[in-house]
Amino acid sequence: MNLNFLEFEQPIAELEAKIEELRYVGDDAEINISEEIARLQAKSKSLTKSLFSNLNAWQISQLARHPQRPYTQDYIDALFSDFEELHGDRAFADDSAIIGGVARLEGKPVMVIGHQKGRDTKEKVERNFGMPRPEGYRKALRLMQMAERFKLPIMTFIDTPGAYPGVGAEERGQSEAIARNLLEMSKLRTPIICTVIGEGGSGGALAIGVGDRVMMLQYSTYSVISPEGCASILWKSAEKASDAAEALGITSERLKELGLIDHIIPEPLGGAHRDVEAMTSNVKQALLDKLDELSRLDTEQLLAKRYERLMSFGNFEKK
Amino acid sequence: MSWLQKFLPSQIRTEGGTKKTVPEGLWAKCPGCNGVLYRAELERNLDVCPKCSHHMRIGARRRLDAFLDAEPRVEIGANVQPVDALKFRDSKKYKDRLLQAQKSTDETDALVAIMGQVKGVPLVAAAFEFRFMGGSMGSVVGERFVQAANASLEHGIPLVCFSASGGARMQEALFSLMQMAKTSAVLARLRDRGIPFISVMTDPTMGGVSASLAMLGDINVGEPGALIGFAGPRVIEQTVRETLPEGFQRSEFLVDHGAIDMIIDRREMRDRLASVLTILTKQPAPAA
Repeated sequence: MNLNFLEFEQPIAELEAKIEELRYVGDDAEINISEEIARLQAKSKSLTKSLFSNLNAWQISQLARHPQRPYTQDYIDALFSDFEELHGDRAFADDSAIIGGVARLEGKPVMVIGHQKGRDTKEKVERNFGMPRPEGYRKALRLMQMAERFKLPIMTFIDTPGAYPGVGAEERGQSEAIARNLLEMSKLRTPIICTVIGEGGSGGALAIGVGDRVMMLQYSTYSVISPEGCASILWKSAEKASDAAEALGITSERLKELGLIDHIIPEPLGGAHRDVEAMTSNVKQALLDKLDELSRLDTEQLLAKRYERLMSFGNFEKK
Repeated sequence: MSWLQKFLPSQIRTEGGTKKTVPEGLWAKCPGCNGVLYRAELERNLDVCPKCSHHMRIGARRRLDAFLDAEPRVEIGANVQPVDALKFRDSKKYKDRLLQAQKSTDETDALVAIMGQVKGVPLVAAAFEFRFMGGSMGSVVGERFVQAANASLEHGIPLVCFSASGGARMQEALFSLMQMAKTSAVLARLRDRGIPFISVMTDPTMGGVSASLAMLGDINVGEPGALIGFAGPRVIEQTVRETLPEGFQRSEFLVDHGAIDMIIDRREMRDRLASVLTILTKQPAPAA
């Protein structure tokens, strides 16, 4: 099985393998096979199109966790210039599951903060699989408050399975760290734009996800609990993750319908990892657009709208 | 049928149902010390074991009733009621789970909020009903909490919340997650206005509730022995693959680690919170 392809993409993987094979024999064969290759490529593309036009929530959550999906650092490298990473919470440690720093977006000074997953095994462990400990959230808050002082817009990138459930994390107040961020972000006197780029895992995601605009990449997910976690609690079986994913409505499309996010950033055919350049350029455009929208509001309007938005969340009836 | 039953005439057979038993609920067993307790005495003691002071879980209304002065009392947000907007269905429909919880608890959702007084000190008090779907926080809990906090803002009186919750309500999916942001945002307003918020964490206060409103008290209080934390102990055990230390995530552990200010015995809650609230609001000490 080709690691670049997920299980549901196997028909595409087979076609791609055939194309590779033909290319290989192509050099010494007498017959002209370039036509055949072109035919297969067209077929692969249309197959991808049809597969991706009808993805279910579970397939999307696999895409959101794709090992080759661009991470925060990839967006920072592609979108921003003059990035200076800033480290530490000034109290305990530097949590590398969250990275952040000052940078420029098209010349405009901004503060960038995001979860960071690791690419290879060593980095994955170092980054704790993108699961922050309290000091990660406290670093994020420190940077956000600094951004407020210097009137820099804040851009966060969300990509985490969740806040780390460990002994030390509990000892150092994981709950308090998340709660404090929620409270402070609701009143930071600078624009905040949040983008879910991969997994939006519950409180661990929300802790850098309270903002004036919340966007999601087309194949990212945002959920109160992972489909596996939900399945094992409510269905008593992790095997039902696919059902749970559907019921939880974790996809960008569903969450946009429900009014919980503002904007979906389209992904290239086959997902962000298939064409990173196209992906980053879509993200850049979206960020610039939102920044432009927000810059038209004065701070009081900005805060009033942010508060109004937060208070609007909920489904209930009044009897 | 045994030979003896066949042998005996039917008239003198004893009916099984009339066996004399102790009426149910007269006695209770303390999960802390295994002591057998007279229930009426236990109730007078606010469900705290008279022998070992183990704090048992108590319902929202009983808690508020014990905490607040008899008068005045105005309930807040009772008209806010749950709907199953997502048509969520796991092994059961969310709609049915709601109905079942409403029937078994006599509450419409998992938070009760009342404006009243404690020893003459005006305040708004809210309490989670743990028996209602594990005290989970969905849209109604979030909205009622916000309305309670708004009443505090409007009248300039303190807010006290007794949490007892497993966390966010999964059946409301991302809407429940957003209640964390919503409740935290309204608490930011209380802070800005200098209105005290006291958070009392009772057994258990976990997940999305602990990671939002519950940890944001100007003063964070724990009840003795309450389980308080972000991730559940089982999840942590599975993640770190080691057994957790004794007393992990209990109130006493949280005091040791600086997460809460103090532990207050339920029987002293009224006196101590009334006293501390008058200090924060610069009023004369409440009458003893």
